[in-house]
Amino acid sequence: MHPAYSVIFFTTASGAGYGLIALMALFGVLGGVKLDPWFGAVGLGLGALMVTGGLLSSTAHLGHPERAWRAYSQWKSSWLSREGVLATATYVPLVLTAWGWIVEGSLTGPFSVFAVVLALFCFLTVHATGMIYATLRTISAWHNRRTVPVYLAFALLTGSLWLHALAQMFGHQTPMLAAVVAIGLLLVMFLKRSYWRLIDTTPSPSTPESATGLGALGKVRLLDPPAMTETFIQREMGFSIARKHSQKLRRIAFLSYCAIPFALTLLTSEAGPWIAIPGTLAAAISVSIGVVIERWLFFAEAKHVSMLYYGADSA
Amino acid sequence: MTMLPPHGGKKLGLVIDLDTCVGCHACAVNCKEWNTGGHSAPLPDNDPYGSDPNGVWFNRVHTFEAGEGTDSRTVHFPRSCLHCEDAACVTVCPTGASYKREEDGIVLVNEDACIGCKLCSWACPYGAREYDTDAGVMKKCTLCIDRIYNENIPEAERVPACVSTCPASARHFGDLGDPNSEVSLLVAERGGEDLMPEMGYKPVNRYLPPRAAKKDQGLHGVGASLPWVTDAATGDAAGAGKFLHWVDRVLSR
Repeated sequence: MHPAYSVIFFTTASGAGYGLIALMALFGVLGGVKLDPWFGAVGLGLGALMVTGGLLSSTAHLGHPERAWRAYSQWKSSWLSREGVLATATYVPLVLTAWGWIVEGSLTGPFSVFAVVLALFCFLTVHATGMIYATLRTISAWHNRRTVPVYLAFALLTGSLWLHALAQMFGHQTPMLAAVVAIGLLLVMFLKRSYWRLIDTTPSPSTPESATGLGALGKVRLLDPPAMTETFIQREMGFSIARKHSQKLRRIAFLSYCAIPFALTLLTSEAGPWIAIPGTLAAAISVSIGVVIERWLFFAEAKHVSMLYYGADSA
Repeated sequence: MTMLPPHGGKKLGLVIDLDTCVGCHACAVNCKEWNTGGHSAPLPDNDPYGSDPNGVWFNRVHTFEAGEGTDSRTVHFPRSCLHCEDAACVTVCPTGASYKREEDGIVLVNEDACIGCKLCSWACPYGAREYDTDAGVMKKCTLCIDRIYNENIPEAERVPACVSTCPASARHFGDLGDPNSEVSLLVAERGGEDLMPEMGYKPVNRYLPPRAAKKDQGLHGVGASLPWVTDAATGDAAGAGKFLHWVDRVLSR
């Protein structure tokens, strides 16, 4: 599949943003961090910026961005529509939670409900993003039980590393935060590895024979494509540039989203602020770069069944 | 709108005979010709005289080879929207621009509501939808909705452009929801197949597989009454067969 930069940026940035906002809300309501107004403003503000920037960039790949509002209408059937509805709805508890944290200085009473609802909506929005891909039967690398958990785990991991870095800057770091980072790292390490093993070993049920219905005659192969030049379908679904480097890119991504953040978090988070702040910030930047590479591969490694009509021998 | 209509009604669609299709691409050309002035007009043509001509076509003819050696067959394979009963391109659409008509099952795009997100093209296993880069919207086969109900053209022409133009009569149009329609009977007689049934989208269009090859036909029919042909075929040169055998040897040098 052709990796659209706007979609990669959107899923990466919004995943980190929702992860950060959800963890801020939960830590705030459970008393895991101090409700320092500046910390709240910067943390929730950065999360909102990531989410909003991501959402705006996702409209950049549309043919008609000015009609994007129409995407709110089909929530009954379309996960893309549900994602849009949930992403927009999340702003309501976000504003209310921010009000409680920054203005009231407390997340108790109704504000505790808003904060929990906010975390829930962050979870649901990332879940909807994953479901857009997981429900496409045409792409077996996406249509599986790992896709959605991987999206959620990366949102947790990137959000936790950004929160950890911010907490260091404001002097509010706690062992609980480092523990959440550790959980995120473990989840991502396990889930992404098992995702890759799954897509490497699970062939698509579709073949050139099933695509043409000519299986009774024997093995089917393309003799002549329909056009001399590439069609829209080949450009959009037939992207394979990164595929031959996929093993190398997988290792680079793993280093960047798992190994480096792990080492940096372990080595710097208990040190003095002059080491801990740049160290944890570098971990957050590293994981974000790693997720961009991982998302690029998510698209580039995904084969679409329609390519069976254009000479692919498997999908 | 993006919810699918209930099953069981009229299912207009195409039946494509892979036995008789000669791969002339006339259906694809006439489709482009009609539709660039029809319901989804215009269909873009980018760089038409340059090195990378490309644009939107609703119907494309692929040519496949199936089987090995002397048993292999060349099969021309026109591919267009199959107007699936459970069309995923419809249910994934976030705006309701992509829809399936309840009255005849035709899958269409409302270009005024399409945001050009391309998700429907990702959901389609058959590569039937093509994006119009000029208009920023998705386009697809309309089953020539502007011909089949068009009272301004003679009744005999009220079929999709691809069907009307096929010189080999390899394309048939009708209601596949009616088990007694001509197309349904044809599908039953010839064992018409679904493409990628494993996707579960229940395509309406059907493909009639090539008939079994008559492998020994050289020794039957006309050939059987011409001894020299028979002899040449069996490698036993006699009479005129000797001459042909000699020509074959000379030319093979």
